[in-house]
Amino acid sequence: MKLTDISNDVNEWFSGKGPSADVVISSRIRLARNLAGHKFLSRCSDSQKADILEKLKTVLMSLDLGDKVSYLSIDKAPLLERNFLVERHLISRNHAYGKGPRGVVIAHREFFTAMINEEDHLRLQVLRGGLQLANCYEQVNRVDDMIEQKVEYAFSPKYGYLTACPTNLGTGIRISVMLHLPALKMTNQIQKFLNAAKDLGLAVRGLFGEGTEATGDFYQLSNQVTLGISEHEIIEKFEQTVIPEIVDYEQQARQKLLRSDSSVLDDKIARAMALLKSAHLISSQEALLLLSHLRLGVNMHEHMGASTPGIESIYALGAGRDASATVSIRTINRLFMLTLPAHLQINYGKALEPSDRDALRAKIIRSSLGSSS
Amino acid sequence: MFCQACQKNEATIHLTEISGGKRLEMHLCQACAVEQGIAAKSQMSLNELLSSLLASAPDDDQFHDSLDSDLVCPACGETLDLFRKDALLGCPNDYEVFEKVLAPLIEKAHDGATSHRGKVPTRAPADTVKQTELLALKQQLAEAVKAEDYETAAALRDKISNLEK
Repeated sequence: MKLTDISNDVNEWFSGKGPSADVVISSRIRLARNLAGHKFLSRCSDSQKADILEKLKTVLMSLDLGDKVSYLSIDKAPLLERNFLVERHLISRNHAYGKGPRGVVIAHREFFTAMINEEDHLRLQVLRGGLQLANCYEQVNRVDDMIEQKVEYAFSPKYGYLTACPTNLGTGIRISVMLHLPALKMTNQIQKFLNAAKDLGLAVRGLFGEGTEATGDFYQLSNQVTLGISEHEIIEKFEQTVIPEIVDYEQQARQKLLRSDSSVLDDKIARAMALLKSAHLISSQEALLLLSHLRLGVNMHEHMGASTPGIESIYALGAGRDASATVSIRTINRLFMLTLPAHLQINYGKALEPSDRDALRAKIIRSSLGSSS
Repeated sequence: MFCQACQKNEATIHLTEISGGKRLEMHLCQACAVEQGIAAKSQMSLNELLSSLLASAPDDDQFHDSLDSDLVCPACGETLDLFRKDALLGCPNDYEVFEKVLAPLIEKAHDGATSHRGKVPTRAPADTVKQTELLALKQQLAEAVKAEDYETAAALRDKISNLEK
C-alpha cells in the first residue's frame, strides 16, 4: 500500500455516514494484548522487540480480515509518513514517536489496524463512522479470537488480560467516540458536558487523542475503567445511554440556536464561509474551527431542513461555480482531513514550511468551496 | 443563570454551604470555581492519576512496613523504583511479584474493582475459565452484601460453592 493511494480522500470512518453521524463522527474500539512468556516492552531489548514484532506480524498477515492488508514498519518510516498515519488515526502518537522495532498492519479500507509494539505488544483497533460500537466490538473481537488460535496471551484469572500499564488491565478495552458538538459550544453548555463526563468517570480528549486539546469542537470521549466491567456492559453503557444523551443535548442546542439565537448561528456560519472562501493564508487550527461551523450549517440544513441567511450563504452560487458543486458533508470532511499538515505535504510530494502550508491550505479550501479567486 | 463571580459565563457549579445556621448559596462557572479552589482544574488523565498515586505511595505504611521496596522480579528484573518512574511493568509475572503494592493502586484506578469480568481467552485451560468466573462471582457477592441485597447474595454464594466443588 502506498500512502499516496489513500492520501487524496477521507477514509471510511470519516465519510459522514453511519448512525447519528450528524453528531457522532466515529466509533473506535481498541484491545490491548500481550504475549505470554515475553517481557513487556519497556524492559525488552531491541532484539527481543524484533522477535515479538516478527511473530505478531506473521500471525496478523496470515489472517483473513475481509480486506487487503499491508504491513508498514514504523521505526523505518520518515517522520512525515508517521504524522500522516496519526492524522488518519491509523496509529497513535505514542506509536509514531516511540522507540525500537515496531509496526502497523492496516486494512486498506482503514477500518482495522493493529499496532505492534506500541505500549503493549499488540493493540487492535476497529474504527467505524457514526455510532457503531457493537459493530466495532464484534469485528475486533473476531480478529482477537483468530489471533488467539495462534498465540498465547498473557492472562490471569484475577486480573484478566495483563497489560504493561495497570490502567489497561482486565478487558484491555478502550472505547473512544468522537463527537462534533459545535452547538453546545455556541450556547455555552460545553462545560456541562465536560462535568457530566467527569462524573461518569470518562475521559475527554481532543481530535488526536491523549494530550491534545479539543479543536474545532471535536471531542473524543473514552472509558477509563477496564477492570471489573465486561466488554458488553461498557459498550451498552456507551451506546444505549451516554452517547445518545449527548447527541440529544447537541440536537436540542441546535434547535435552540435556530429558534432563539439564529443571529449568533448565522454570524458564525456566514463568517466561516466568507473567511474560508477568501483567505490566502490559513493555519490548520483556524481551518478546523471555521470548517466546524460550516459543518454545523450543512448538517442543520440536511438533517433539520434549516434554512437561515447564514446557512444559505454556504449554498449561494459564486462566480464560476455551477449548481452541481453543492457543498456536502463529504466536501467538508474531505477538507478537514486534506488540509491537515502531513496530508498537505504528502499530497504535495515534499515537506513544506509552515507559511507555505498555510498558503496551500487556503488555496485548496478556496477552490473546493467554489471561490473564483 | 450567570456566574456570581464573573457575571459572564453560565454557572455550572452550585454550592450550598450551611455554617452557623446560615445558608449560603454559590453559583459559579468552571473557571471561577477553579480560581477559588472549589473545582478541580480539569480532568486528570489516566497517567497523571496513576503517577500521582505512585508519587504518594512511598509515604504509605505498606511501603515501609514491608520489604517490598527491595523486591525484584526474577523474570524481568523489574523493581518498584523502575515502575514508579514510568508506571509501566516489566512482565506479566510482576502482577504476582508486586501484588501487595499493586492491588490498592489497581483498585483506585478502576473505580474499586478488584477482579476481571469479561472475555476469557478461548484457548485458556478450563481451570482458568473457572477461576475467572469464581473471582467475578466473588466480587459480585461482595457488592451484593454491601448493597444489602441478601437474596442475590445467597444465590451467588450457592453458585460459588457449586463451582468450588
